[in-house]
Order: sequence, then structure tokens, then C-alpha cells
Amino acid sequence: MEFFKDMWLFFRERKKYWLLPVVLILLIMGLILVFGGGSAMAPFIYTLF
Amino acid sequence: MKIILPKILGISAFYHDAAAAIAVDGKILAAAQEERFTRIKHTPDFPIEAIRYCLEETGLSLEELDAVVFYDKPFLKFERLLQTYYDFAPRGFLSFMKAMPVWLREKLFLKREIHHGLKQVAGKYDSKNVTLLFPEHHLSHAASAFYPSPFKDAAILTIDGVGEWCTASICYGREKDITMLKSLHFPDSVGLLYSAFTYYLGFMVNSGEYKLMGLAPYGNPEAEETRKFAEAIEKEIVQIYNDGSVKLNQQYFNYATGLRMVNHKKWEKLFGFPRKEDEEPLEQHHCNLALAIQQVTEKIVLKMAAEAKRLTGSEYLCMAGGVALNCVANGKLLQSGLFKDIYIQPASGDAGGAVGAALAAHHIFFSQNRNPEMPDGMSGTYLGPSFSEKEILAMSRKVKAVFHPYESEDTLCEKVAAYIADGKVVGWFQGRMEFGPRALGNRSILADPRNPEMQKKLNLKIKYREGFRPFAPAISETKCGDWFDLHSKSPYMLLVAPVQPKQRHALPKGYLNMALYDRLYFQRSTIPAVTHLDFSARVQTVSGKTNPRFEKLLAAFDALTGTPILVNTSFNVRGEPIVCTPFDAYRCFMSMDMDVLVVNDYIYIKEEQPDFENKEIWMVNFKKD
Repeated sequence: MEFFKDMWLFFRERKKYWLLPVVLILLIMGLILVFGGGSAMAPFIYTLF
Repeated sequence: MKIILPKILGISAFYHDAAAAIAVDGKILAAAQEERFTRIKHTPDFPIEAIRYCLEETGLSLEELDAVVFYDKPFLKFERLLQTYYDFAPRGFLSFMKAMPVWLREKLFLKREIHHGLKQVAGKYDSKNVTLLFPEHHLSHAASAFYPSPFKDAAILTIDGVGEWCTASICYGREKDITMLKSLHFPDSVGLLYSAFTYYLGFMVNSGEYKLMGLAPYGNPEAEETRKFAEAIEKEIVQIYNDGSVKLNQQYFNYATGLRMVNHKKWEKLFGFPRKEDEEPLEQHHCNLALAIQQVTEKIVLKMAAEAKRLTGSEYLCMAGGVALNCVANGKLLQSGLFKDIYIQPASGDAGGAVGAALAAHHIFFSQNRNPEMPDGMSGTYLGPSFSEKEILAMSRKVKAVFHPYESEDTLCEKVAAYIADGKVVGWFQGRMEFGPRALGNRSILADPRNPEMQKKLNLKIKYREGFRPFAPAISETKCGDWFDLHSKSPYMLLVAPVQPKQRHALPKGYLNMALYDRLYFQRSTIPAVTHLDFSARVQTVSGKTNPRFEKLLAAFDALTGTPILVNTSFNVRGEPIVCTPFDAYRCFMSMDMDVLVVNDYIYIKEEQPDFENKEIWMVNFKKD
């Protein structure tokens, strides 16, 4: 949670809100790749991509 | 709550040259690079061993620290990455795919990584009790130069490859405050410009820049080719403005989005030859190009310094950042008389960011006053580990080494001076290890600068490195003026100065057109091993106050030979970090053609060591740098 709080404070300080969705998508993709490889999530990923 | 005597740990890591430093009440008490412990040169790994050493040296535990300070801002750096990919899209897709996993796994979650690293340093550790701070990269550099400097107020110039966005900055330091006045942003960067030429001339980026600087004097300053190269660089590659800021023509570069530094085709078309491969022989056009980029870099640095003078009106200048290690440019800047005096952080690269981060937190975050120290606050950079007699004897027993103890320092120095005067190469290991890239008399290889064969011997038989590389002289600061035209102290080997004319030999006709190695081996002066092709030398002035034993050795050599100078090069072989422990020193001594090793009060003679002819068994393969 501390990470998201820091990130939000950073975007607010820098006024670069357009980066927020980019970072979120990257993080979600990262999570899927980390936890999805070779697991029960794999079929879900294949249907997505 | 007012904190008394803040105890601060500074960290630099995850890019290159990981390091740690501890400041207590604004005084740097310990600092070391991680590479010295792990034996992996320029390692970016979290500096677990360096932190462990700093804590041991200062007798502190992690719980006692008031702050842990990382030397840059990871989110700001990530913003730069994303924005750069966005600006250059679709170029950079491959680089993006390569960079993102590392960021998403590690670099973006730097707080977690730091806590994880600290837990490895000390098993029991509560992350909630630690204040983590992240000053900007160039503020860390500026702080590393200004706070240890002896000046009350000074202009500060930081120049490197890139931090977060900033690639160079001009600041003003006064008392405990640093104010940023001007900055240059990525992708326009003097450091990256120099690194691009380093890459094109076959050296490794982030480690071969000083080789490029050493190669430049082999260039012919009178050649039409050199003039054309310099002209092409300024016309096509970099636009230099009057305030020293630069604009790099990105069509020639690939670093912003790619996995290489330059656009090969365009460079080959511009300079008329392809990128030099590592083992390819050096030719005159390589040297001429090295000279051209060195000249252009000096021009930019001088303009930046002039702008710093104009903006601050200060008589003094502090410098840091990788480009501040360009001692040729530094020497020219000093000679220009623009500033009364210049102070350069001895660990100007990213390792020094650990020192700067700790000091920035002390003076800015904790708002502590500053009292400049004389000659400076870096303790001669002797901030690393030292080893006791017991440890040295234990190592000697373990490797069955034969040694001679010397109780009197005077006798030891006289004996070693005699060995050196007799043409022997000596490994000199004393007291605390240096912090930063230079060996300054505690982890050094020493030799006779008068010996006409010494430069060749040291390069090829001792350090196993490129034959063209120059060596630096160490000289007692009281005798410097007789030998070098240097009007300032240079304790950290960061200034290049000309050898005095009275020490020079006349050059033969057509010298500049002679073959490269014929020029190199021509005896240019009374101290040929430390006189570069253009009569320059990267001088280290030694003070009895900061290194009394080294000064005594220089005096002993002077008494014996009339020359108060020794060749001083770092104690390592090519690709190896400078030795840290007595065992590192002994192993290195046994693996090369070094004749004598001195570890504190003990002398080891090569021929007396067991199996001394079989140096292969001591050799470790280091990745060439």
C-alpha cells in the first residue's frame, strides 16, 4: 500500500496524471506474468492475448 | 524533535558502482565500494558488504541510524524512461521490453529492495524504525563535492551521463544550503556524448572513459584529420551553446531508445571508419578521434564553468559527476584561472553519490550547520577497511608466505625505496583502503619513474592491460613545483599538469608523425614512465598530514635518487577491483611479475615465496574492462 501512496504523491507533485494508467497497466501485466507463468492462470492469459 | 549528532547511512546501488558511506555529525567516517568485497568490478548489487563494513567501522547498528539515504529518486527516473519511450515511439520497443521487467520486479519498488537488503545486513531489523530518504541524483553529486570542500561558498558543477532527468547542473553552495540554478536534461548529456565515443573507439561504456582520455594525447593536434573530426563533431553531433549547454543530434545516437550507444551507419559515414573492435589494433585515426572528442569536451566543460562563475560570482568551484573524473579537462579549467581554486570530489562517479546522499540529508533534511574542514572532509579518501597485525599474520600462515617484519617505519621506507630504485615493482598495502576509483598510496603498485622500461613493463607484465595506457606520478606536495607546472594541490590525482620544461628532453624532428609505439617509447623526460606523450602527467600530491608513511617513502626515494616521485598505479590487474584484504594483495602479487609486496610492516619477496614460479595457480580470470 505504501508503494501506491508514494506513487500517487509523486504523480500529484509532478502533475503527470497521464502516466498513472500506463503504470497501472504495466503493473497488472507484470503481476500476470509473474504469477501466471505455468500456473492455473495461464489459460486465462492465453485467451486475453 | 532536534536530532543530536545525526548518524546517516548513504547508499548508491542498482546501476553501477554500488557503495555505502556513513556520516556521523556531518563527518564521513567510513565509505567503501561493494566491488572491493565481492570482487566484481563496478557491481550494481545492493552494497550488503560495504554497509556491513561501514557499520562495523563506526560501531553502529542499523537501529541507531537516524536515516538511510538512497542517492537518487527512482520514480523520477521511471518517469523519464516512460516519457522517453513515449516521445520516441515506436522506436525503442525492444529496449522497453528489456527494461520493464527489471523495473517492475526491482527498481520501481526500491523501498522494498532497500529494506530487503538491510535485512540481509543485520538479521533483526525493523523497517518501521528507519527513515528512508531519496535526494535527487545531481543533488547527491553536488552535496558530495560541496560539503566536504574547504569552501564556505562555492559554485558547484555536476556533469555525468544521466541521473533522473538531469545530466548536468550548476548549483550554488553557501554554508549548509545548496541552491540549484540551472540544469541540462536528458537526452542532452556531455557524459553520454563522451561515453558514445568511448563505445565507438572499442572501450566499455561506464568503465573505459578514462582509457579514451588516456588515448587522446596519441592524437596528432596538428593533423588535418583531427581538426576535421572536431569540426564534424560540433557541426553534426553536438551543438554547443555559450552557456555550456548542449544539444545532441539524436539521429546519431541510439541510447535513448536502443540497446547500443550510437547509430553505427551514420558515425561510419561521418568519420570514415567503422566502430573499433576490442582487440583490433589502434590506428592513428582512432587516436585523432579520441583527441577531437577530448578537445570538444574540454570546450564544453570550460563554458559550463564560465556560466557557473557568471551565475554565482563565486571564486571557488566544486565539481562532481563522472565527467569530473576527466582530469585533463579539470587541469585546463584550473589553468584557465576562472576560479581561485577548485575542489573535485575524489569519488566523483556514482559511488560518491553515497557520500553526497548522506551529507545532503545531514545538512538539508536535518538542517545541521556546516563547518568546512581543512584541507577537506574526505580524510584523504582513506575511508575503507584496514587490517590488524593479527589478520595479516593469519593470512600469511594460511598461504605459507615468507615475510620479513620491520618494526621501524624509517627502515621499512628506506628498504622499499632501495628496492624501487633497483628497478623492482612493489605492491604497497597500508592502513585504510581508499574510497573512489584511485589508489592513493594505500593500495598501490609503486615503481621507479626514471626507468625507461617501466611503462611497458607495468602495462604488459604487471597489469596485463593495453600498452598505450599512461601512469601517474605521486610526489611530495612540497616538491611538486620543481617537477610539474601545477599551482594547486592534487591529492586525489584529479588534475593533469605539464612536466616542467627543465625535466623534458627535446623531441626529434617529425615526432608527431612517428608510429604510435615509437612515440610512446621515446624518452621524453627525466621521468619517462609518468610523462605522457604531450608532456602531461596526472599528478598526485602527497601530504605528510594525510598519508605520513607514503610521504616518508617518497622522501626516502628522493634521498636515494634525487627524484621525489614514484609511479603510482592501482593495486590490481586488468578487470579486477583494487585489492581490499591482505589476501587479495598476496594473491594479486603472486599472479603477476611483481617483485616485492609490502603489507603494513611486513615485506614479502617474490623469490622467497613457495612455488613462486607457478603464478598460474594464483590467477583469477576477471572480465576485461
